[in-house]
Amino acid sequence: MSAVPDRVHMTLRVNGEDQPVSFAPYKTLLEVLREDLGLTGTKHGCELGECGACTVLVDGEPLLSCLELAVDCEGREIQTVEGLASGTELHPLQAAFADHGGSQCGYCTSGMLMTAKALLDREPAPSRERIKEAISGNLCRCTGYQQIWEAIEDAARVMREGKE
Amino acid sequence: MAAVPEALPRESLIGKRIPKLDAPEKASGRTRYIHDINLPGQLHAKILRSGRVHARIVGIDTAAAKRLPGVHAVITAADVPWQRPIGVAKDHLPLKGERVRSPRDEIAAVAADSVEIAEEALRLIEVEYEPLPELTSVAEALKPGAPLLHGEDLVWRSLDGRSEVLHKASPDNVAMTFEYEQGEVAQGEREADAVVEDVFWLHYVTHCCMGVSGVIAEFDASGNLLLYSNTQVPFLHKRELAELLGIDPGRIRIIQPPIGGGFGSKLDIYPFEPIAIFLAKLTHRPVKLVFTREEEFLASPTRQPVLLRMRSGCRKDGTLAFRSVETLHDNGAYTSWGATTPFVMMQTVSSLYRVPHCKYRTRAVYTNNPYAGSFRGYGNLQATFAVEAHMDRLAETIGMDPLAFRLRNAQEPGEVTPQGMHFRSCGFKDCLQTAAARSDYQAKERANRARWNDPSPIKRGVGIASMLHVGGGAKIYPSDGCGTILKIDDFAHVTLITGASEIGQGSETVLAQLVCEELGLPLSAVSVVNNDTDITPWDVGVHASRTTFIAGNSAIGAARKAKAKILAAAAAKAGRSADALELRGGFVVDKADGAPLFELGKFIRSLHFSDKAELVMTTFYYEPPSKHQDREFKGDVSAAYAWATQVAEVEVDTQTGIVRLLRITGAHDVGRVLNRLGIEGQIEGGIVMGQGYALTENLIVEGGVVRNPNFRDYKLVTAPEIPEMDISFIETMDGEGPQGAKGVGEAPAICIAAAVANAIYNATGVRITALPFTPERVYRALHGAAQPPAWIAE
Repeated sequence: MSAVPDRVHMTLRVNGEDQPVSFAPYKTLLEVLREDLGLTGTKHGCELGECGACTVLVDGEPLLSCLELAVDCEGREIQTVEGLASGTELHPLQAAFADHGGSQCGYCTSGMLMTAKALLDREPAPSRERIKEAISGNLCRCTGYQQIWEAIEDAARVMREGKE
Repeated sequence: MAAVPEALPRESLIGKRIPKLDAPEKASGRTRYIHDINLPGQLHAKILRSGRVHARIVGIDTAAAKRLPGVHAVITAADVPWQRPIGVAKDHLPLKGERVRSPRDEIAAVAADSVEIAEEALRLIEVEYEPLPELTSVAEALKPGAPLLHGEDLVWRSLDGRSEVLHKASPDNVAMTFEYEQGEVAQGEREADAVVEDVFWLHYVTHCCMGVSGVIAEFDASGNLLLYSNTQVPFLHKRELAELLGIDPGRIRIIQPPIGGGFGSKLDIYPFEPIAIFLAKLTHRPVKLVFTREEEFLASPTRQPVLLRMRSGCRKDGTLAFRSVETLHDNGAYTSWGATTPFVMMQTVSSLYRVPHCKYRTRAVYTNNPYAGSFRGYGNLQATFAVEAHMDRLAETIGMDPLAFRLRNAQEPGEVTPQGMHFRSCGFKDCLQTAAARSDYQAKERANRARWNDPSPIKRGVGIASMLHVGGGAKIYPSDGCGTILKIDDFAHVTLITGASEIGQGSETVLAQLVCEELGLPLSAVSVVNNDTDITPWDVGVHASRTTFIAGNSAIGAARKAKAKILAAAAAKAGRSADALELRGGFVVDKADGAPLFELGKFIRSLHFSDKAELVMTTFYYEPPSKHQDREFKGDVSAAYAWATQVAEVEVDTQTGIVRLLRITGAHDVGRVLNRLGIEGQIEGGIVMGQGYALTENLIVEGGVVRNPNFRDYKLVTAPEIPEMDISFIETMDGEGPQGAKGVGEAPAICIAAAVANAIYNATGVRITALPFTPERVYRALHGAAQPPAWIAE
């Protein structure tokens, strides 16, 4: 059995920037994002892959960062909630979540946003059923999901209009 | 600078769709919850739990844990001999030294350089136990001769040798009892033409806040405690912690970072909070303690499970004659707020509908099960479930339409119930009629019933249920008030400092809105400070759907004082009467034509930099005109009462037992809609929480052990399962409410399970009296294999 190093050093590409970082090799992507890169927008809800609060995008796909080892993410494009806005301008999904009541306590919001972004990147005009299905792995205890899917639906409309 | 307008129209924010003030931060991932906060020099704490249902602690060996590098402290009860019992009944020591009464019980705790080291240290602690007989049901606990779980006085001894009995021994495992009676039930029985009786079982569920429990404790060099806490009751907490530490409450400061969900779960003090404080005190370092999700399931409170026997009767003409209720509350190993849910339950039993003769009795019984706390609705989901089942059963027995039967017995404005609750505003009948009309309840009810014997295995059902809940605070403490400090700075920016806590429900937004309404300012002109006990004035806490009502009236009071001061000064300066002036759009204006007289910022600066040198700062304390109930549970406990009716439409697959909730049509007497976006969010969220209670959520407790402490096995409702929701607001403009509004936070969750039960009956002709309506339970009931709940023979 080969010895496991105390720390590994690598460069992770997060929100379009290369970030050199060293961390204990057993750490999940969630832990490295939060503890070593200071990106606390991604939340830990269960650390068992059951609640969706820690969802980030890796190479454009929604991924539960609590189940992914950070060492496996070298060379991949990681996107977190902190990378959604352009400067001070909120992403249409963020603006829609704010305007439509998509956040109450707000703890599930980051994961919801990233899941929704992955959906809208693939399907610019999803049906309500598709939206609900896409976020079915993201738990929310406050909103009852209604204002969340309304926000996603409205963001999709804004994004389509922006492209025309 | 923008040109001064010629006239300013009167504009109102009331009833608009207003996004929450904190929404951009939350949607940006920038909100810092307790999980995101780390202090310099901070240690991480973990708790060792017993894992034993009931045992005597023979010995604890922490030597190996203490030797682990990176460990700064390992504590057991022996290290804090001065610890005091905590919680509602003071029957609960934070660290257990002699005996454990449930698997969640705290035995030891570690503070270390990292969470990983703290967890490793827990594994090195050796505890020797001697098993004790387990009482894992109320039936066992009530048997004559049963072992006693709290059979001895809990005596606290201070370091200087004083001693005090803080919890009296319970000689029969009964933790708390409640008895109430109005009229004479025997008389009601004689007058009744129809009588029904059932036993209901209301199960364990838990809050499942998305942000798990956590706390950071830090002592400064002078021994003052700073606590970062998720509590919903900072001022009550402060007092209890002061008692626990034997220090002046003035030396405790509580800061509440944004909270990842509350729902009542944070109304009591729990052992992890004192434990983190003990560790901080011993290590002279900040100590952070955050639960894992599994721990959150195992060691946070549940909704109160209830076995409830109800007997009800009515006359042939459809008037209720009597109702008699007895409940057994499984109190669990210790007493938290769950034991006191009868306060609310008896209100529904005695006063949702007019019932001349009524009796209510509860015994909360100690067992080795998890203990129950407060949870949105506070007993009302349980009581409403039973009451509304019997409204349907009685209507059917006398052959009356269920809506007509309810309308016949529904409360009306102006009534004072035998419990002393005065319904000054009451839109109950409007709620019933609106929800029924919008859902076409009566026609569907008849049509579904006619299809009971159709061959199709898929059945449709419609069910109606209503609720009464406090809507103007609840005077369960001597004061139910909230304080406000308001300042308007030299640039007409308002800082609203309120005692009311924000837990995601949107209180800071609605409070800012109410202040803007008084001061004629846009929302951008207000900042809200609401999370620091060194700054904010006293408030009893965020519970009982009270914040909009109580804190709202308090904020309005402070804003009106500020307005009066400004207008009086402006009147003097302009040679006008203050009554002729008003604040609009950032100006002092002529009320009659809206003509601006002074720009507000400039005018306030002129007050400040004048000979009199005045600032505009006001305070207000609002105490609602409600009463603490007397020993017979009589008294007008709330300043207003909220009403709602919800109609549930379900589809039942009789071959699988799967129940789908298709649609909820709700009508809510909310007094007045203040923030339409916010209130819709509250109601939709409450409906879906009620849906979980009815259909999917079930904390499985077997032999004292929680079997499903994770989201895979504890099923929360997900987005594709939510019903269509049609919500109407009945605006009764309550005379005491802020701008006419009443509380709404708990209301929407309360009648869903009751309405779904009635809908399943309407679909199938089968009445199920136990929750939740899982496919297995429904299938068994439909196929004659159910084991309905039975009362406990004594």
